[in-house]
Amino acid sequence: MSRILQDRDERRPETHPLTFRLNDDGTPVMLEAYREQQGYASVERAFRDLTSKTLIEELKTANLRGRGGGGFSAGLKWSLTMQGEGIPRGYIVCNADEMEPGTFKDRLLLEQQPHLLIEGMILAGFANNAYQGYIFMRGEYVDAARTVQRALDEARAAGWLGRDVAGSGWDFDIALHTGAGRYICGEETALINSLEGKRANPRAKPPFPGQSGAWGKPTVVNNVETLCNVPSIVLHGADWYQGLSQGKSGDGGTKLYGVSGKVKRPGLWELPMGTPATELMERAGGMREGHTLKTWLPGGGSTGFLLPEHLELALDFDTIGNAGSRLGTGLIAVVADDQSVVSLTRNLEEFFARESCGWCTPCRDGLPWSVKLLQALEAGEGERGDIDLLESLAVDLGPGRTFCAHAPGAAMPLASAIHYFREEFERGVTRGQGVAHADPIPVGSV
Amino acid sequence: MTQTSTSTATPIATDAFVLHDEDRAAIAHERDHYPHPQAASIEALKIVQRRHGWVPDAAIDAIARELGVSPASVEGVATFYSLIFRQPVGRHVILLCDSSSCFLTDYEALRDAFFEHLGIGFGQTTPDGRFTLLPVCCLGACDRGPALMIGDDTHGPVAPEEIPTLLEAYA
Ligand SMILES: Cc1cc2nc3c(=O)[nH]c(=O)nc-3n(C[C@H](O)[C@H](O)[C@H](O)COP(=O)(O)O)c2cc1C
Ligand code: SF4
Repeated sequence: MSRILQDRDERRPETHPLTFRLNDDGTPVMLEAYREQQGYASVERAFRDLTSKTLIEELKTANLRGRGGGGFSAGLKWSLTMQGEGIPRGYIVCNADEMEPGTFKDRLLLEQQPHLLIEGMILAGFANNAYQGYIFMRGEYVDAARTVQRALDEARAAGWLGRDVAGSGWDFDIALHTGAGRYICGEETALINSLEGKRANPRAKPPFPGQSGAWGKPTVVNNVETLCNVPSIVLHGADWYQGLSQGKSGDGGTKLYGVSGKVKRPGLWELPMGTPATELMERAGGMREGHTLKTWLPGGGSTGFLLPEHLELALDFDTIGNAGSRLGTGLIAVVADDQSVVSLTRNLEEFFARESCGWCTPCRDGLPWSVKLLQALEAGEGERGDIDLLESLAVDLGPGRTFCAHAPGAAMPLASAIHYFREEFERGVTRGQGVAHADPIPVGSV
Repeated sequence: MTQTSTSTATPIATDAFVLHDEDRAAIAHERDHYPHPQAASIEALKIVQRRHGWVPDAAIDAIARELGVSPASVEGVATFYSLIFRQPVGRHVILLCDSSSCFLTDYEALRDAFFEHLGIGFGQTTPDGRFTLLPVCCLGACDRGPALMIGDDTHGPVAPEEIPTLLEAYA
């Protein structure tokens, strides 16, 4: 079970739209309690006052950016989804596959506040003229699946799902789909293939899912946290939402931030978008006794390393992007001074190598190769030229050379680790240049 | 591939698998959620696995027949996903998170302690058939690293010396 480390008194409806309803003991907020705290009020407002167009406009103005890691404007995505005469009604797919290393935020929302997600999906369905929603949840989230299924049943029984939603004359339902492992399922087009009962290989884009997605119909894929932001925007408006970030960021709203690694109090907090990592570190109680911070990942394994001096930066998409990394999922992982960056990078690249779907050569072959080189450096058996080779691999894995962002994601920590900690890598070089590691067809890892 | 009594060919194992009635009903229920039955492939595999512990080859054909899709398609799916087991596993499957946040909270020491305690490595089952040990992607329990799952239960943080007590609950 995930826990929010903020007391109920701090979490207020005006400032903490994602978490104000959460129970301090972590038990799920089910329909009755949810309804008593503004639950489904945004759906009533949308049916009464809004059209698809005005809802999407509101979302655009709010500048809600995708919380799955990419930061793409949700309003813009919805405005590009095909709908209208002659176009079949499609799907809303919630990406609840959460497997990005270091990310544990969607679990909280799924386990403890399933109706907020359902409410957000109903609004997405209304705005995008979809007739069916799917929650694609990773198979390991067993408790979350039970809670979400219970909430779906409650919502259907109360008329919020199914035929003639809340007397609006409009039909929309949601089904839960649980996965069976593999990180790549989180990539939105791989997720659509997986939903269709196929192997989770990504699809070439275009066409984008909004044009032709699941079963060839217009499909909107959004992250759990993104969808959970929509109800409060619809209820209180874009200006209010913009104000939540208190001038700390041009991105609107709040963010579920978190810290993991050797800190005193690892956990999750809902804070204004653009809160600096220094505040997260304070809330986490700082590093554990005897440790100091060496470096950190701002938002998952596919983001680039940053230094302690970057802790002051606003944790938002543009600021962290300008610093050479990515905000990603916004849950930071800290590395202590006595922990090896070479070993951690090896661990990360092992993950990406194992999870590659195998479609593109740079990803399928380059990642195991990088693991081999990193293992040698870690063991102090690296050869002269290995570090340069790793750097060139990072370029070959970079954007534009593969079908999906898995390989560029893997390149980010690799390139930044060498950039900031080259001397740690150099310490692993003990041999002259040979051919031992320069095997162009490496043996796959695990 | 129905078997006839006059056939001289030796019956092959694939003909033998019969889906349990409850499982057929559960698969039919899942199938109704989608515009195409193929979409229920993964659920069907999971339903069969829940009953048998793993998915034998013969079950692939049975599922394919049930859904009206090709066995190759079901097989392709069954071999792609890491939580579908294509060989027998122990009574309890231990999924040990090996991703970065657990790595940063001493996953490797925990892994080595599991290897030692169980006397097996990843992908192996204890000789008494009690446990199978597998690595798993980030479990989304990074605030409790190092984390793991045993069956449906998530545990963390787990210290190496806690392993014996932890495993007692799983007979
Ligand atoms: C390899 C890979 C894995 C991903 N995993 C996830 C995931 O688990 N959850 C998620 O929401 N987005 C994930 N994404 C991003 C999705 O492709 C997609 O951009 C996102 O779901 C869109 O939602 P958003 O705009 O609301 O963020 C992943 C992307 C890649 C390349
Ligand atoms: S980049 Fe990797 S994961 Fe993505 S499609 Fe290519 S091989 Fe598959």
